[in-house]
Amino acid sequence: MTLDLPFIWAGIIALAVLMYVLLDGFDLGIGILFPFATPQERDVMMESVAPIWDGNETWLVLGGGGMLAAFPFAYGALMPALYGPILIMLLALILRGVAFEFRHHGRRRGKAFWTAAFVGGSLAATLAQGLALGGFIQGVTLAGKAFAGGPLDWLTPYSAVVAVGLVAGYALLGATWIVWRTEGELQAKARRWAWQSMAVTAALLAAVSLATLVVHPRVVARWGFGDGGFDLATLLPLTPIPLVGIAGLAIVAWGLGRRHHVTPFLGSYLVFFSGYLGLAVSFFPNIVPYDMTFRQAANADNALALMLVGVAILLPAILGYTVWVYWLFRGKVGTGAGYH
Amino acid sequence: MDLDALILSRLQFAFTIAFHIIFPSFTIGLASFLAVLEGLWLATGNARFKALYLFWVKIFAISFGMGVVSGVVLSYQIGTNWSVFAAVTAPVIGPLLAFEVLTAFFLEASFLGVMLFGWKKVGPGLHFTSTVLVAVGTLISAFWIISANSWMQYPTGFETLPDGTLRTTSWMEVIFSPTFLERFAHMTLAAYLTTSLVVGAASAWRLLKGPEAESSIALRMAIGMFAIVAPLQLVVGDASGKRVMEVQPAKLAAIEAFWETRREQAFHIAAWPDRAIAGNRWELSIPKVGSWITAGSIDAEVKGLKDFAPGDRPPVFIVFWAFRIMVGLGVAMIGLGLWGAFLWWRGRLETSPLFLRCAVAMGPAGFVAVISGWVVAEVGRQPWVVTGVLRTADAVSPVTAGQVSTSLIAFMVVYAVIFSAGAVYILRLMAAGPAAADEPPDSHGRAPGSPLGAASGEDAP
Repeated sequence: MTLDLPFIWAGIIALAVLMYVLLDGFDLGIGILFPFATPQERDVMMESVAPIWDGNETWLVLGGGGMLAAFPFAYGALMPALYGPILIMLLALILRGVAFEFRHHGRRRGKAFWTAAFVGGSLAATLAQGLALGGFIQGVTLAGKAFAGGPLDWLTPYSAVVAVGLVAGYALLGATWIVWRTEGELQAKARRWAWQSMAVTAALLAAVSLATLVVHPRVVARWGFGDGGFDLATLLPLTPIPLVGIAGLAIVAWGLGRRHHVTPFLGSYLVFFSGYLGLAVSFFPNIVPYDMTFRQAANADNALALMLVGVAILLPAILGYTVWVYWLFRGKVGTGAGYH
Repeated sequence: MDLDALILSRLQFAFTIAFHIIFPSFTIGLASFLAVLEGLWLATGNARFKALYLFWVKIFAISFGMGVVSGVVLSYQIGTNWSVFAAVTAPVIGPLLAFEVLTAFFLEASFLGVMLFGWKKVGPGLHFTSTVLVAVGTLISAFWIISANSWMQYPTGFETLPDGTLRTTSWMEVIFSPTFLERFAHMTLAAYLTTSLVVGAASAWRLLKGPEAESSIALRMAIGMFAIVAPLQLVVGDASGKRVMEVQPAKLAAIEAFWETRREQAFHIAAWPDRAIAGNRWELSIPKVGSWITAGSIDAEVKGLKDFAPGDRPPVFIVFWAFRIMVGLGVAMIGLGLWGAFLWWRGRLETSPLFLRCAVAMGPAGFVAVISGWVVAEVGRQPWVVTGVLRTADAVSPVTAGQVSTSLIAFMVVYAVIFSAGAVYILRLMAAGPAAADEPPDSHGRAPGSPLGAASGEDAP
């Protein structure tokens, strides 16, 4: 039996990116929600993610490093194409990353500065990821296997809508995380944030979904539309994807209404999962839309095979201790009783 | 690709990687130091080891965070600015970089959380295990990155297919390429030296202010470390240099500013090497000793730069002087170690203000030496990014000079801000000293190393 290595690796990279979005999404969301919280609440919000944010962000390194190692041609085409948003994201992640420590070492003005850096960094990183995603979905101009477009190809009204939508989505993840991990006044506030961000997320998710259908004919065809009508046989097998998203929104709303703690967070995960699947279906098997498939981008088979052995051993261990660390820091975070 | 984008991309990579290496070269050693402190505390029950742990773990948290965020930049920059390098070398060193993420980054990131915030959540044994795992993670990370870089210095274990792509023929020869072992040892020792010099400087600073039991212990631990490691580093560095002569003769010729291939090379203590005239404008030399230092015998023939085409010669001036700064500091470290060991033996450590001041002054020496060493390694490899396989000029991404100059300026501004702030916070902690950190781990209901614990008592504007 021979393994389809490029296919397996496409799955691994997709998993890494999904893990990144689901895990770093809520801690970026917390930064986005920071301006609406009191100083005491901010400390609690930050404390709820302080032990885990670094591990969350490591999935971004696995997504990037893994793509470099498994699909070097895709990496070599996408990174120059998305130079602007990637660099903005990196700079923003630096500012918000150091803010976790610096905020508490700064005195009054220093703390205010690093609070602003945490907010600005979280927001800018999210916008940049949205712009990169938007630029990616629109397609990348290639000559052979190299990027051949302009430096601002990624900046369009479409990618701007995706970016704002991602801000709302991460805010939803952040708000429902706070609902889960805190109690009292902050939790009640987070419920309001969750309602608001859910409404915006739903609206923008619908807008992006429709806009994606007109952004490239390949996407339209994949979903069965085109030529003045649509092909039900193509569309029907894909309908569960948007339905999962709608179910996710309903679960968030139901959980918030019933004052559940965990349910809204899980619902928001379903929303992201549905959006992610919807995108993946739209451009699969392209890894650089719409002229490079994952097979064309793949690394040498002996490199993929060696890494697969490593992943088979190490990824279960990583998932194991990640779950353990989350378990260790489970439960409600102190609600301000600890200081003053 | 335009030429300006190439120069700017090189500047940006040099700047961001030089900034980054400051933090790993400190935290690799500091993680091991913390593991030793916690181990000693658990074994002896001596509260002073605990106080030292609580003190240094705060400094570790700040430095490690800066290392993490500046490291993410590098892995992405390989794609954004060096996409041809990424595509060409991935069949060989791609897996090495992936293994670094899988074996080290997740381990460090996850157990760092336990180390900093898990004090009350896990027992002492498990907490100690977390500290050890973080320390091991830093060493694993160094292993893979030095492995990948050593392959770039002198690539082995691969073949070039007819269409020009590379293919690995032996992973062992790729991972353990000829320069790897010496360079890995050299970098690890450099990290331990850097850390022990900083620990020594911070302790000496406190002792200049007055007696403090914790600082006396830490100073002795630091001296014990660099008194042994600094001379050892000389031996390892020499072995690494001999290997360079064997496999990268152009780099060695640049390090020593040798132009002619000959026996009885002179050793240049100082010189002004100039590629334009293919010679040294002036030099201060000891006859014949150059051959002895580099090849072990005055009669040994050592290659000079004129053996290589002008387009294949590395920038000599930078390499020559960076090497001399590194070695000069190394000699100063050996001297400080001998002096400290002597004073320790005579029981006069705390009563020698001159030594304590010198120890403070030598605090940053490790960082300067590490950066100089990397300049020798990387500039000395030019004009190649992978020796004999890919030239730096051919490795750059199809990006514009405008894009790269914008991002380079942004990096300079952001790094200046976070470096200044980080340095201020670390120096402030060091000035307050370990006694100030000697609070029970559950003070204010916060874990040690938790930012809130560290900030207690400092809330005044």
